[in-house]
Amino acid sequence: MATKKFMFVNRKAPYGTVYALESLEVVLISAAFEQDVSLAFIDDGVYQITKGQDTTGIGQKNFSNTYKALGDYEIKKLYVSKESLEERGLTQDDLMDLVWEDEDDDWAEKPSIIMVDRSEMAAVMAEQEVTLSF
Amino acid sequence: MKFTIMINEGPYQHQSADSALQFCRSLLAQGHEIFRVFFYHDGVNNGSSLSVPPADDRLIQKEWSELSKEHDLDLVICIAAAQRRGLMDKDEAKRQGFESNNMIEGFRISGLGQLIEGGIESDRTVVFGD
Repeated sequence: MATKKFMFVNRKAPYGTVYALESLEVVLISAAFEQDVSLAFIDDGVYQITKGQDTTGIGQKNFSNTYKALGDYEIKKLYVSKESLEERGLTQDDLMDLVWEDEDDDWAEKPSIIMVDRSEMAAVMAEQEVTLSF
Repeated sequence: MKFTIMINEGPYQHQSADSALQFCRSLLAQGHEIFRVFFYHDGVNNGSSLSVPPADDRLIQKEWSELSKEHDLDLVICIAAAQRRGLMDKDEAKRQGFESNNMIEGFRISGLGQLIEGGIESDRTVVFGD
């Protein structure tokens, strides 16, 4: 099957609605189809990859660890909107350390998070062939 | 051009369910091909056979069902999303041990791979959602 550039655009907070959880399910399936996958985190979507998520008290499953497994599925391009972080008083230090292992470099761990401003994000989006927005 | 359409919101709750239906009709009228329509999130409720809106309102599910019959459309409901929301066809109901089912004719249940395949096989993938 052909390989296409897929981008999943995550715009919503991880809890409160089911969009983020069900988006991750699509992302993992796309990896099984060996597609060229990128993720974008914009607006409240940046909260999906923040550190120290604790769902005790709201009766929801804490699925934040799933993002840490993305590198194992060869999903290693997570574009995060700088402006969306700033607007929410967050910095990159508030995000999980998401990495992938480079087999061509003795399995060295490399960062998956790529910080981009709005114009850079627009350029990455323009390169995509299939964009699914959640 | 070949299209795959993804619908992420339920009927009556959100305009995107109607917009998607109108968009599909427009595509067909202009001679485009619809490879697949994939229903996800609350969008799976577009396949319910148990909707009874007031008499002066549209019946969105039936409109999909008729459009499917007329143009031999492939309307696919995501199984994982449907299971969460209590939507099932005859086979799935039997498998889960339920006596009743609630999927309208013209839809089928399948997995998320069908959406990815749609994206790969189509010239354009268009998402209708919130």
